Amino acid sequence: MTDEIVLKVEKLNVKLDGQAVLENLSFEVKRGDVLTILGPNGAGKTVLLKTLLGVLPFTGKIEWKPGIKIGYVPQRLPFIKEIPMSVREFFNLKKAPENAVKEILNSVGLGEDMLKKSIGDLSSGQFQRILVGWALVSDPQVLLFDEPTTGVDIAGQESIYELLDKLKKQRNLTILLVTHDLSIVYKLASTCLCLDRKMLCYSAPKELSPQELSRLYGGEVKLYEHTHD
Amino acid sequence: MTNQFLFSLVAGIFIGGAAGYLGSLMLTKRMALVGDALGHVALPGIGLALLLGANVSLGAFLFLLLGIFMIWLFEIKTSLPMEALVGIVFVASLAIGFLIVPEPELLEALFGDISKVSFEMALASMLFSIAIFLAIKRIYPNMILAGVSNDLAKSEGIKIKKQNFIYLLSIAAIVALGIKITGSLLVGALVIVPAAMARNLSKNLKEYRLLSVVMGILSSSLGILLFKLTGFPAGPLIILVSTGFFLVSLVFKNK
Repeated sequence: MTDEIVLKVEKLNVKLDGQAVLENLSFEVKRGDVLTILGPNGAGKTVLLKTLLGVLPFTGKIEWKPGIKIGYVPQRLPFIKEIPMSVREFFNLKKAPENAVKEILNSVGLGEDMLKKSIGDLSSGQFQRILVGWALVSDPQVLLFDEPTTGVDIAGQESIYELLDKLKKQRNLTILLVTHDLSIVYKLASTCLCLDRKMLCYSAPKELSPQELSRLYGGEVKLYEHTHD
Repeated sequence: MTNQFLFSLVAGIFIGGAAGYLGSLMLTKRMALVGDALGHVALPGIGLALLLGANVSLGAFLFLLLGIFMIWLFEIKTSLPMEALVGIVFVASLAIGFLIVPEPELLEALFGDISKVSFEMALASMLFSIAIFLAIKRIYPNMILAGVSNDLAKSEGIKIKKQNFIYLLSIAAIVALGIKITGSLLVGALVIVPAAMARNLSKNLKEYRLLSVVMGILSSSLGILLFKLTGFPAGPLIILVSTGFFLVSLVFKNK
């Protein structure tokens, strides 16, 4: 059904400093989909998310369902720990009402005592959850999630995906997820987009062939490959 | 207590407080040295004002606007980083300023002279400082978010260019006001040292902002009191008081 389509991308091209970073992408996302975006370092995954968010210039067509609200969890925020700020103040930057903040902390598995804590004192797992909560507190229908595994320990990593899965069901979220981690793709994704500047595959994860993956990563692929930049 | 001294003190307290507040934002934007650079950019304006017998801060402000405009223009024309462009405008201004400023007034232009603050100047400093404070207060949350991540701020629909414009204008205004107290060489310290000290001692934004303002006010007023007692120029004394506070804050640093 066409009314279910949340995002339609046609012939998307992005150039940064004269270099083509994304070439001729076309895909669509339906309500409730989990689209994972796979690809090696420098493939343009983060650029794709930022372009979809509307913060980078592009040619082609990006069509979000009118009035749709988008939440964004960035890859990393290297400067945030240089700013003395409590969790409550971080949420205040978004003018989120106190009740909504407490509720969302609850959903991401953190207590209200977290509000008084300084952002700089959080563990990477806690910080990741705060970022997810921050993106969700305004009650978006779509979540753009950039490489949530970076800098998060293994135990924290698994639970953040369980959390995503839970939140998706609770809130009927549509999720666009950038990752290096193929195991996540098989667990969560409904559709998979392989990217290396151009679109190399676009299918359900089960239909991904080893050939396609090795073309994507330029060599042998291990299922549980972790690449960190 | 003479009126003259009172005027100096009022100007110092308001400018010091507003500078501390703005500095707390500049530190989070990693623009700690911009105040310094702009202090030098103002020098030709100070020189012209002194030559023409006009208000020093007004001359400084006009040249600061010109300087910021040129940096903005260069940024469009080249892909050099901002700090390189600021550096070029800053040394060129220093050179022009040195040639323009009449020699008897050179020391005043470089290090400030608070003993000449009139009633009108004190009143103007107070009003402008309050205006700067209110402008900064309005853009503060969005600027902090942009400091955390430009993309995050943009994705929240914040118009960063407009906020940046208000921010730069406020910096130009506070530098123009501060120059009267500390001169062009030391004005950068007025914005940065109180915030750096506050950064050492605060756990959250509320404490950080408050401490920055309080430290700005304390440094200025104690510096001006010392000037009254010792007769040394106020500008360097204010900066030494604030760096003294900074050193003490290192001892009590919370991490």
